[in-house]
Amino acid sequence: MSNALFTYTLRLADDLLILSQRLGEWCGHGPVLEEDIALTNRALDHLGEARNLLTYAGQVEGKGRTEDDLAYLRMERQYTNVKLVEQPNGDYAHTMVRSFLFDAYHLPLMQALLKSTDEQLAAIAGKSVKEATYHLRASSEWIIRFGDGTEESHQRAQAALDNLWTYTGELFESDAVLEEMTKAGIAPDIAAIKESWSKTVDQVLSEATLKRPADAFMMTGGRKGLHSEHMGFILAEMQHVTRAYPGAEW
Amino acid sequence: MSNNPNNWPLWEIFIQSKRGLEHKHVGSLHAADPQMAIENARDVYTRRQEGNSIWVVLAEHVHASRPEDAESFYDPADDKVYRHPTFYTMPEGAKYI
Repeated sequence: MSNALFTYTLRLADDLLILSQRLGEWCGHGPVLEEDIALTNRALDHLGEARNLLTYAGQVEGKGRTEDDLAYLRMERQYTNVKLVEQPNGDYAHTMVRSFLFDAYHLPLMQALLKSTDEQLAAIAGKSVKEATYHLRASSEWIIRFGDGTEESHQRAQAALDNLWTYTGELFESDAVLEEMTKAGIAPDIAAIKESWSKTVDQVLSEATLKRPADAFMMTGGRKGLHSEHMGFILAEMQHVTRAYPGAEW
Repeated sequence: MSNNPNNWPLWEIFIQSKRGLEHKHVGSLHAADPQMAIENARDVYTRRQEGNSIWVVLAEHVHASRPEDAESFYDPADDKVYRHPTFYTMPEGAKYI
């Protein structure tokens, strides 16, 4: 049980940690100053959430690992984030579509986790819900602006959507760990989260005049630690200071 | 830069720090429309709990007095100290005035 809880908490954390790292790459490169600040705010929100979850995962595991140990000192195969969040930023439409597809999943998940039988996860979700509400609002608005904007912005948003759609199936995968967590009332029913996600996606895409891609082959593997070719580069950048100067403080 | 027609317009941002207090001018930013201006203001000016309400006004809708009018506008008030309410004696017992 505690093993499954550790794995489940780590999955929640890793999605946010890696997405935060990706969004952080925009720092100083945003299309306009205001958006640069807004996006890195959201990157930091994700990181804050990831920290709470990593700390808790470390406690559940009971081997004395801290949030830093878990964030910086694991190998690629030990990260259990979905492949969606590790996909490259691409242009701004690509970054926003990636965030939107995740935010539309993350908000109902956090809302449902408020009722988790695990008090700590429920408390962390309580903190996350307000931020997650804003994140979804912000990314949705960009999808609508791009989709219902100029011909070029529409094309780019649609291209990003078509490119990223294959990574959405993984968000709703179930396995023994999730089943155990759902049975214990710790994790919500993932089918309900998917329903909510699908509704949000349809609403926003229709307002954005974008076409929902047909479900075809869906990528998988992230939850088992099998990642796309981008993951190693993300970790190299994220971990190199900690690895070069173990235990450094400033 | 401001001549580029693709640039978003400038908005003046006013933040209310607490209910009941006035909205204070805090700065300006660029945005495509009011909605985006409010959201950008949220991220630029309220990250450290500075506010609970935001007003945005298109900068081009703000009309200002001209610096060269300053003498005729403001100097005449210099020698009219009687306009300050400092010539009254406070009635005893009046605490709040």
